[in-house]
Amino acid sequence: MPERTVTGAAPALRELGYWLHRYRRIWRGTVVISVANPLLFLTALGAGLGKLINTRTAAALHGTPYLHFVLPGLLAAAAMQTTYVEAAGPVLQSVRTRGNYRAAATTPLDPTDILYGHLLFILLRVTMTGAMFALVGAAFGTVGATRALLLAPCTTLIGLAFATPVAAWAVTVSRPASLTMMMRFAILPLYMFSGTFFPTTGLPGPLRDLAEATPLWHGVELCRSLALGTATAAATAVHVGYLAAMAAVGLWAARRSYRRVLHA
Amino acid sequence: MTAAVDLPTPTLSGRPPARSGGARAMVLRNVMIYRHTWPLLAAEVFEPVLYLVSFGIGIGALVGHVPGTAGTGEGAVRYPQFVAPALLATAAMNGAMNETTFNMFGKLRTDRTYESILTTPMTVWDVALGETCWALLRGALVTAGFLLVVLALGLVGSAWALLVLPSALLIGFAFASLGLLVVTLLRNWQDFQLIQLVMLPMFLFATTFYPLGVYPRPVQLLVECLPLYQSIELLRQPFLGQVGPALLVPAAYLLVFGTASLAVALRRLETTLRG
Amino acid sequence: MPPQPLVTARRLRKVYGKPGAREFTAVDGIDFEVRRGEAFGLLGANGAGKSSTMRMIACVSPVSGGDLTILGRDAATDGPAIRARLGVVPQDDTVDTELTVRENLLIYGRYFGLSKVEVRRRAAELLEFARLTEKADESVGALSGGMRRRLTIARALVNSPDIVLLDEPTTGLDPQARHLLWERLFQLKREGVTLLLTTHYMDEAEQLCDRLVVMDSGRIVAEGAPAELISRYTTREVVELRLTDGDRATYGDELRSLVARFEDLADRLLLYTDDGEDVLSRAHATGARPITALVRRSTLEDVFLTLTGRSLVD
Repeated sequence: MPERTVTGAAPALRELGYWLHRYRRIWRGTVVISVANPLLFLTALGAGLGKLINTRTAAALHGTPYLHFVLPGLLAAAAMQTTYVEAAGPVLQSVRTRGNYRAAATTPLDPTDILYGHLLFILLRVTMTGAMFALVGAAFGTVGATRALLLAPCTTLIGLAFATPVAAWAVTVSRPASLTMMMRFAILPLYMFSGTFFPTTGLPGPLRDLAEATPLWHGVELCRSLALGTATAAATAVHVGYLAAMAAVGLWAARRSYRRVLHA
Repeated sequence: MTAAVDLPTPTLSGRPPARSGGARAMVLRNVMIYRHTWPLLAAEVFEPVLYLVSFGIGIGALVGHVPGTAGTGEGAVRYPQFVAPALLATAAMNGAMNETTFNMFGKLRTDRTYESILTTPMTVWDVALGETCWALLRGALVTAGFLLVVLALGLVGSAWALLVLPSALLIGFAFASLGLLVVTLLRNWQDFQLIQLVMLPMFLFATTFYPLGVYPRPVQLLVECLPLYQSIELLRQPFLGQVGPALLVPAAYLLVFGTASLAVALRRLETTLRG
Repeated sequence: MPPQPLVTARRLRKVYGKPGAREFTAVDGIDFEVRRGEAFGLLGANGAGKSSTMRMIACVSPVSGGDLTILGRDAATDGPAIRARLGVVPQDDTVDTELTVRENLLIYGRYFGLSKVEVRRRAAELLEFARLTEKADESVGALSGGMRRRLTIARALVNSPDIVLLDEPTTGLDPQARHLLWERLFQLKREGVTLLLTTHYMDEAEQLCDRLVVMDSGRIVAEGAPAELISRYTTREVVELRLTDGDRATYGDELRSLVARFEDLADRLLLYTDDGEDVLSRAHATGARPITALVRRSTLEDVFLTLTGRSLVD
């Protein structure tokens, strides 16, 4: 037999190809949801809650209309949520029920190729969701078009920071119930308290310190300062640095656990 | 080594009449499982508590008192008091509906639990009724847990708030039945996204976070048709100490809504499970 | 008066789909009886209609036509009453993965309306019977394939059924697990339980079944005891010869003339005869030099392939 030469795309891109192929069947639904989600939140919060809040002109918002304040927060939180949904369940299924990771691991693909390929897909999904969120925001006039453009790469960074540790963990999980628990006890609290819906300055002391130490808070602040034009170089560097460091540590952990689980 | 199993000689007559464990056995199965996974139930109480703290206290600081409700100044309704009953209703809804959609879909399609149950004298009616009862029970437990938290936070202003418990059962019935109907329509796990697409807007628009008065009249009429709006009304009025015949409207709505859903769901389940 | 059969099927039919374009007839008017205390087998390739027949007998799938009487009752109207007296072992182990081994038995017993005390006693006995006592409090996920299958069988016995239906009971099991399972099924038979099983393992059918029917495309093509079927549809013995391509071309016709029935397969020749040794020596006498030569007893597999053909059915 002639020696088989590995041709075509880099190994990780072949794994990405697998996910894109699956995605072709469901992309319509995800696009509808990516648009409907911000549309509904902005309508409900803007038309409803926005009215209640603006009537008192809350001091904590420094005169910013509530809708302008809440949009970047929702965007960052949606980036985290999409990442979790795309990373946790699919990774678990790939190892356990569906077994596509195990099948891929018997091919020339390396566990890290599998990881990188899947991460690329997740980042693609998060960036798409983020871009559509920003677009809807721009259509509502809550963020300028140029600033909206800046928001999409921010969601990619938030996605990377969350996707790597979540994948590192999910690949080792055996019970789907654990994913639900993580969603309820980690992701949801982050969603609610990281400055998404209200400034953390309103929280009592220690709770405020805790909230401002979370990765989502840094993500929210990054997006919000860019969207409202209040960003400073120093603060932006801190937010980006925090998220990048988290992504790096997560990547290290994920490479380790993928290798352990898939080439045990 | 192996003890012989006593197996009676078959006889065709004189058998005891066919019995089945009925809906009770179905509930029992769920209780057995929850002995292993009770933290999930605690998690379900945790979720509305988070919403309450976040919205009630965080956004409450931005909002203050709710306009359009009885009184202003000191007598007006504080924002957490306004949100709490809505979150209670939502918890009762989610608790019941998750059970009959998400959990039941797994048993119906992936695990095929019902297939083996239906080889026994159990009927489709037993299964449906059992699962609905369990969903109700679960919804009631979650509501009771959440009510305790609300009480501890000092947000209960009236003894009428106790009406929350029977009301939550009614809400649970309406949405467990709706879930039972929905689960027969689902084709795959992707379809759950469609449920989210309906449930999320309903949650946001059904006067959960602000009063009906913010909408123009035509929108108000639409919102009033939502089952979650009616559920919230059923809880919010007694919670704020307003008890009167007006409560009969949401109660009747939910009763009719639940019964109709259940009737259609049963017919569809029969064809799904007995092919 | 002969004893009344436990199962009687008359012109039994199962049609799936809506009448018209998408109609598919899985079972096409079959007749059979299952007598008390016997092990009755349904043989057939995939799609022959075995599982549909089993599902109708289990009263989980409505009868489309004809009559089906089980334990003296009509399957069409008395489903729950009949199911109360049946034990069902489905093809896939539909054990409750969320429960422990013992809990699976306990809850299943409750579906039959057994009391708590009764079902506890029964579960303990059945765990012993299925050799699962040591695994009683473990999650079902921790069981091997053979253990899961034994649990499914134990579960089917929880109501002390009159008839146990087994759909391909040993598919996917290793030889040890298969033999242990056969031993348990023999024990049930000795205790007077009627067994009704489908299988596509012919050795299993020969081992377990007193009587069987062979199904093909929804119809019954043969019925009888395994030995009866062998003597009716094939010879007592079979000579299997592997030849070089050259020998095959040279001696093929001569070998064919030695026996009344002959099969030319891709890798070997089959010569059907009542005296294998005699045919073998005459084959050697032709001058052919077989690479391997084998005289064996005819099996149910020969009957099956004779009746349903060698081509793959899917």
